[in-house]
Amino acid sequence: MIIEIQKLNKKFNNSPVLNDLNLSISKGQTCVIIGRSGCGKSVLLKHIVGLLKPDRGKVLVNQKEVAALNELELSALRSKISMVFQGGALFDSMNVADNVGFSLIEHTHINQKELSERVEESLALVGLGGIGNLMPSELSGGMKKRVALARAICIRPEIILYDEPTTGIDPIAADSINELIRSLHDKLKVTSIVVTHDMKSAYHIADKIAMMYKGKIILEGTPKEIRESKNTVVHQFINGLAKGPITEAVDNFK
Amino acid sequence: MFTLFFMDLGRKVLSFMYFFGGLTNLAGQTVYLTFKPPYKYGRIIEQAKKAGYDSFPIVSLVALFIGFIFALQTAYFMQRIGSELYIASLVALSIVRELGPVITALIVAGRVGASNTAELGSMQVTEQIDALETLATNPVKYLVVPRFVALGVMLPILTLYANIIGILGSYFICTIKLGITSSMYMHVTFSSLLYKDLFTGLFKSWIFGMLIALISCYEGFNVEGGAAGVGRATTRSVVFTFIMIIAADCFFTALFYFIFP
Repeated sequence: MIIEIQKLNKKFNNSPVLNDLNLSISKGQTCVIIGRSGCGKSVLLKHIVGLLKPDRGKVLVNQKEVAALNELELSALRSKISMVFQGGALFDSMNVADNVGFSLIEHTHINQKELSERVEESLALVGLGGIGNLMPSELSGGMKKRVALARAICIRPEIILYDEPTTGIDPIAADSINELIRSLHDKLKVTSIVVTHDMKSAYHIADKIAMMYKGKIILEGTPKEIRESKNTVVHQFINGLAKGPITEAVDNFK
Repeated sequence: MFTLFFMDLGRKVLSFMYFFGGLTNLAGQTVYLTFKPPYKYGRIIEQAKKAGYDSFPIVSLVALFIGFIFALQTAYFMQRIGSELYIASLVALSIVRELGPVITALIVAGRVGASNTAELGSMQVTEQIDALETLATNPVKYLVVPRFVALGVMLPILTLYANIIGILGSYFICTIKLGITSSMYMHVTFSSLLYKDLFTGLFKSWIFGMLIALISCYEGFNVEGGAAGVGRATTRSVVFTFIMIIAADCFFTALFYFIFP
């Protein structure tokens, strides 16, 4: 297993977000985590990359516990993991080329020619060649997400974490991002974890889908198994039904 | 009524302790990372330009007016006792020891500190600071250290400049309006100033520069709640910086009074 999450617990202001969560992801696999907005999917991603520390439990990446790594080890780990943030999180004081090449500029002694080539290659991979001189404020939402993806692949990572990569963009741009995630998996054998509630995207890109509910993974399986699941919570979520156990729990609480 | 008062007081004390603890932690990390290679001079120069070079016009204007005002206000009393000549020494000492460092620090806190908090706060709410971390870049090293070094270097330079402009303002009033000769004014000014006056003023401004950088960055890093949060943090940053500048000024003035009587 390249990523192993064991009994992960996290609370914010005394309300549990992750509750004894377990999940394993093999090398080269694309795992899609689905669940309602605010159920803790992004929090889980932030634990994997070491942005948050668990209250209890462990996140192991390449058999190393992320929360126990020192600064140098964490930097080494982060040079193998990329994260694509929900809003892109591009540095708005830099142009697109500097954003994409940020890690190479900061952490390597690569020359200008090689840097330009790597940046242009990454931008071309996401279908945005030749826009290196633009500023992030000049880009549309979909373009920002693709530039963020270019920044993620520029360091040639082993693992890419995607936080809702297709949310808030048009269906065509969303499909091109799905294709891109699929092709990175096929060509570069990158391990991917994708957090989304876009089921079309999930079925398209996933080797494995894990459903998150009340801070736990309640079911995991192939897209086919998830589609055919008899679990009422999963059934309500994947079919987007207003009535069912998920909303009943909320109604009862109210 | 009393219970509510004490609860509110307790919350405020806790909040201050939390702020002070966080600030000390950030200060420790910043000092450590300032001396830890690699050194990125480009970002320090960029911040020095923003914080220092771009502040020269407003510092010039305010220092000149302070010089005018101080000379006129001092003249009001000195003329009554027939000691106009001492205006020069009084103005020089007040500006070099106190007004120059404090006024310059307050200008820079309002101009640069607010901008730092707003910039880092926006980066925080748009996850750019998280993105920096995932790109194996320490946000304190990348964002705070250049501002810390730049303000620590540029504020004493700006203060020295404000001292000169302030004394020049007073010089104009005294030579044009009060009839003191230019050579006499210069002689009294330089004979009243000692090296320790200049040193204590510049030392204080170095401390103020570091305080501005640390408080503004700390508030920026701790923004919560989108655009409204950035606004609140910016206000808090300016208010806390002003309070800390005055408190630090009071502390160091008392300290220097006893060390260099």
